[in-house]
Amino acid sequence: MSKPVKTILAYVLLTALALTMLLPFLWMVLASFKSLAEVEKLNPFPTIWHPENYLSVFQQVPFARYYFNSVFVASWVTFLTCLTSAMAAFAFARLRWPGRDKVFQLYLATMMIPGVVTMIPNYTLMVKLQLLDSYAGLIIPAAFSAFGTFLMRQFMLTVPSALDEAAEMDGASPWQIFWDVILPMARPGLITLAIFTFMGNYGSFFWPLILIKSEHLRTLPIGMLFFDTVYGRQTNLIMAASVMNIIPLIVIFVVSQKFLVQGIQMGAVKG
Amino acid sequence: MSVTPTAMRPPVAADAPRTVAKRSSRSDWRRLWQAAPFVLPNLLGFLVFTAGPVLFSFAIAFTNWDLQRSVPFRWSGWENFSVLMADKDFWLYFANTVYFLLGMPVAIAGSLALALLLSQKLKGVVIYRTLFYLPSFTSGVALMILWKALYNPDFGPVNAVINSVSDFLHLGVKAPQWLLSTANLVGLDVEKVAFTGKQFGLGARDAIIIMGVWTAIGGSNMLLYLAALTNVPQELTEAAELDGATNWQVFRNVTWPQLAPTTFFIVVMSFIGGLQGGFEQARVMTNGGPAGTTTTLSYYIYNKAFEEFQIGYASAVSWVLFSIIFAVTVLNWKFGNKETTY
Repeated sequence: MSKPVKTILAYVLLTALALTMLLPFLWMVLASFKSLAEVEKLNPFPTIWHPENYLSVFQQVPFARYYFNSVFVASWVTFLTCLTSAMAAFAFARLRWPGRDKVFQLYLATMMIPGVVTMIPNYTLMVKLQLLDSYAGLIIPAAFSAFGTFLMRQFMLTVPSALDEAAEMDGASPWQIFWDVILPMARPGLITLAIFTFMGNYGSFFWPLILIKSEHLRTLPIGMLFFDTVYGRQTNLIMAASVMNIIPLIVIFVVSQKFLVQGIQMGAVKG
Repeated sequence: MSVTPTAMRPPVAADAPRTVAKRSSRSDWRRLWQAAPFVLPNLLGFLVFTAGPVLFSFAIAFTNWDLQRSVPFRWSGWENFSVLMADKDFWLYFANTVYFLLGMPVAIAGSLALALLLSQKLKGVVIYRTLFYLPSFTSGVALMILWKALYNPDFGPVNAVINSVSDFLHLGVKAPQWLLSTANLVGLDVEKVAFTGKQFGLGARDAIIIMGVWTAIGGSNMLLYLAALTNVPQELTEAAELDGATNWQVFRNVTWPQLAPTTFFIVVMSFIGGLQGGFEQARVMTNGGPAGTTTTLSYYIYNKAFEEFQIGYASAVSWVLFSIIFAVTVLNWKFGNKETTY
């Protein structure tokens, strides 16, 4: 095959595949603007556009509240995870202390264990601490990440050791070295971890599902599930809610694509 | 919490500063004192919410603990496990979990194909990469609810397309019932958990697999393959082309062996993720049905623990699941690693 033919073939394939990825999204957006009767029909575009579907979602369920809860919880978890992971990673990557490698191996060993194993004891722990059905119960158990520590350590190991040795010579304390030398150098890692943690908790399903009972504490995924269970026949409204659910994700993705791709290729995988 | 760890990747970076061999115990204490404030916040949380629960979970797997206290608490030894082995439901859910792995080779091969396409030096590949990545990036409850609507047998667009194509070509194809059907591609019978061939067709499990492939194909595996492809030395492929090798020969003999470590990593992680998956799909799309055909082990654990509150039994199932994952991972290492040395 000649070169131009191959190029054209590649573009045809790429475009066909991209359309396969896009079609469900397109159907979702178009269905969200249709009347209920029209959702079931095959015509791709609504004959009359119904943007008020989006308003109806807010009238039927406290969707703004779900939004707030998801963003609030995910932001706190992200902040705490980044802080505790970066600090621990600094101790694992840049400080020497007895037992360091043993403790790190313990971290690595637990990363293989499925989440469902720890979910049950953590639930009973929340019962004991009376944190069921609370923001604290959603935030605190998620704020300490073995994976985050692992990822940040990987980034910090790439910082040349001459840097903190020089700072130490100048009489800098470990805190100064952490804040002023290592953390600025590990910023790409921190941003990557922040995005992954935020995304993971924005979409987190299992833990809020078992923890939250009150309507005003529901996060987006739980609210969506509830909306779908109760109003499931109103496909157009459900689709409007789904669109609103994923728009923030698309915005984050477009803004942070560079860090995400780099993060994944360094060993982070979105679950 | 929902980020998958990747402990098995070789560290990209240089090793940590080497520990000095000779040191006094006093400086040991000083170093510990220095490191403690950094490591303790994370370590305490790790012990309370991860390491501790792992041990605790192992202990309660040997009890009859019931959160509703309908039976008095006692240590039950291996009872949970022997009940489990005789539990017909457990074996169906185990079979389902294995069946869902059928999507894995398709998704991995697809990711590789997409990466190969994207690695051709073409204009606009970043846009295509973004579009391919979109489903995996937005995956979650919202997309599962979307697919539930797409699969609706009466007015969903999937069957609308199948029916109109069938009518147009006079094929007389009967569109599948998708999420409502127990049919499957290997003719697995729900009642007997045996291959009788009666249930042959496309059903709920296949619907979930198709959705899974659509979600995963352009996701992180594709990005990993893309990164690996840029690391394949160009001299190698060029030399092979000069020797008159066809595209397929270059791929089979040069590119594919070079990708082996990446493929190995992806296969290991896909098994780990796949075996503990299926919970969200079951909870959001099917409630585990029809007739339990989309209930995976993780959804079974959820039901036992948080719908029936039998947390002793549920913990036992979660340890069986972990043992399966562990065994599969060990087997992968044993047999997969050999192939990566070439």
